Amino acid sequence: MIAYITRRILYAIPILIGVNLLTFALFFVVNKPDDMARVHLGVKHVTPQAIEKWKAERGYDKPLVFNNSASGAAQFTDTIFFRKSVLLFVFDFGRSDDGRDIGLDIRERMWPSLAIALPALFIGLLANITFALLMAFFRATYIDVWGVVLCVVLMSISGLFYIIGGQYLISKLLHIVPISGYDSGVQSFKFILLPVIIGVVSGIGSGSRWYRTIFLEEIGKDYVRTARAKGLSELRVLFYHVLKNAMIPILTGVVVVLPLLFMGSLIMESFFGIPGLGSYTIDAINAQDFAIVRAMVFLGSVLYIAGLILTDISYTLVDPRVRLG
Amino acid sequence: MHFLPVVLPTDALIFLLLVTVVGFALYVRGKEHLRAPWREVKRSRMAAAALVVLLTYVLIGLLDSLHFRLPLPDNGAAKAEKEYSVEVLSLLDVIATPLRVRVEKTYSAPFAAHLYTREADERADGTEVRVFPRLKHGGRHLQDPDNERAADILAASARAVAISVLIWVGVCAALTAALAWRERISFKAMARRILRGETETPWRITLATLLVILTFAVWAALLSLKYHILGTDKVGQDVFYQALKSIRTGLVIGTLTTLVMLPFAVLLGIMAGYFRGVADDIIQYVYTTLSSIPGVLLIAAAILSLQVYITNHPEQFDTLAERADLRLLFLCIILGITGWAGLCRLLRGEALKLREMEYIQAAQAFGVGHFKIIWRHILPNVMHIVLISVVLDFSGLVLAEAVLSYVGVGVDPSTLSWGNMINGARMEMARDPMVWWSLCAAFMFMFTLVLAANLFSDVVRDAFDPRLRKQ
Repeated sequence: MIAYITRRILYAIPILIGVNLLTFALFFVVNKPDDMARVHLGVKHVTPQAIEKWKAERGYDKPLVFNNSASGAAQFTDTIFFRKSVLLFVFDFGRSDDGRDIGLDIRERMWPSLAIALPALFIGLLANITFALLMAFFRATYIDVWGVVLCVVLMSISGLFYIIGGQYLISKLLHIVPISGYDSGVQSFKFILLPVIIGVVSGIGSGSRWYRTIFLEEIGKDYVRTARAKGLSELRVLFYHVLKNAMIPILTGVVVVLPLLFMGSLIMESFFGIPGLGSYTIDAINAQDFAIVRAMVFLGSVLYIAGLILTDISYTLVDPRVRLG
Repeated sequence: MHFLPVVLPTDALIFLLLVTVVGFALYVRGKEHLRAPWREVKRSRMAAAALVVLLTYVLIGLLDSLHFRLPLPDNGAAKAEKEYSVEVLSLLDVIATPLRVRVEKTYSAPFAAHLYTREADERADGTEVRVFPRLKHGGRHLQDPDNERAADILAASARAVAISVLIWVGVCAALTAALAWRERISFKAMARRILRGETETPWRITLATLLVILTFAVWAALLSLKYHILGTDKVGQDVFYQALKSIRTGLVIGTLTTLVMLPFAVLLGIMAGYFRGVADDIIQYVYTTLSSIPGVLLIAAAILSLQVYITNHPEQFDTLAERADLRLLFLCIILGITGWAGLCRLLRGEALKLREMEYIQAAQAFGVGHFKIIWRHILPNVMHIVLISVVLDFSGLVLAEAVLSYVGVGVDPSTLSWGNMINGARMEMARDPMVWWSLCAAFMFMFTLVLAANLFSDVVRDAFDPRLRKQ
């Protein structure tokens, strides 16, 4: 097991190097640091001195990959590539373009993100499985047919509509919870409630439809027929046998997104004013803060790969047919 | 009339896509085994209704893709060359000229005759009052809007319904006659068959959907000459016009994204599965790396870089439309790159399976070249996967556009799109009473398109997926 996990982690390294090179190319080769400086300082009326100063303050004044003026190892370490890209591997994110410590910001802001993403995921999971089981139980009846149609309709509504509609209905008309904002501790509950509800509702369409197909696939299998032949009730077959076996694809589908929950949801957080990583990223995009965007790209791919590794491990844990290979 | 045709890059690609689709349809016509699943799609009532809606959108999108520049009015001076306006117009713009040019001052509600905000107005006696001023165009023909408006709208609506029913009856009669002639039965018998829903192609539901769309179209066309049927936005532009113009953006993102990524995904996916070894390793590495970056962030990073590039090299772009169009195309490419891995992985798996098949081993034994085997034996056998994923991706991409525009990395702010409409209206959410019409218009137009696409793609998937077909 440990050997397997080690091997999977080693596989991840070349991929992360690829991500790193790609972001480096996007941010420093396509556009020179001079261009970035010009955009930040305003395109017109900008003196070369101001550009140099801006670059020096943020450490963009070094050569890209090879430093001629330094000696020894510093020829490679005293460059933009090493300072800004290689150091990401040890999670040294450096400073944002307006001088804040990105690593500190991330550690602070991932908790509000998690406070919303985690309940939304699990309540959503519960709701989706319930609806999917209901449709599978009434399969090939009108309840099932209309259930699927309803799912398609829910899927076709833009996520933005759920957010705007929910905010308008629950906060503005009914005044149940505040429109947006965040607070720490128990007080945060009233701010979390609405985003969680909206997160669950907006995912119900595609989620329950997907789980329904998983359940129907299981129902068609031989062991279900055997269970029925033994005289078990349909409910017991569905809840005991089918649910248990269908949990394998469902569980692994959940595990893959678990690490990414830290990243939060871009749209949701910025609409509800939650100081999480999602709104952090959006703010950075709007302010054209390349340092933060670069850090988030790297962090996102690390978490995604972590999710993939966890999925593989969870497969071997829940499905005895899968052997470590 | 003289005009200067302008072919924007996305226009060219749209027409390339159109030619491809038509060519593919002609090719399929001649091949019985390819026609079978399509016949199943044709039989589906759901698909028929969805297709009518989709085709309406496509028609509007195509009208909006024929761009040109009109000549400037002659100002007497004789010139050797005709001068053209810098404004790039489309055929849709010309058709919807009344919508385009009748601009109000600022917000006005749907069917309103007054502006949404108060303005200072001087009375005859010199005192100043704050009133809702009349609109310049919306409801101009009414003397006393508060009392006359309801009756006027009703009358116009009735006229619209009458006209559309008239057109519809004409279409129905023509269609029935044509079908009756082809089936060699009487007109009456054919009409009865359609009415009872006994035709193989579900004409009844098709015609019913057509009636709904026709009524809406005629109603909108008639009423939007007198009112702003969906209100106006902050700068007084007609929201209905914006929603119509956004159709093209939505369609471009939904279709061109797949078009640009398809060649790479298909070629590389098949090559990885067929050749295995080093080629497989490299291709797998590339798509795993690309897919491990969260989509929105990769798009954000790429668009930010493009923005910096455009800001620093303004000399490379002639007109504003060209710049916006380039950004749209670039967005399609980036979206394609992020969405490319899934299809590539599927095709690789399928090619891995296919290469062990006996007919391919036989072809190899006969000494058929690798690329010929891929072209003749593997490609046709993975086409159903390609088709399913193209159709399934469409609706997701249309929805993604809105989200990306909200994040600020979507289409150019000057391009009309549903995402930009929502984004603009969001600022007004805090206003009381709320400015809701821009949001509603964008959501309704988007919802109709996405729902139709979802329903249609479900039918296509069911017809083409061999696993589902067996059941």
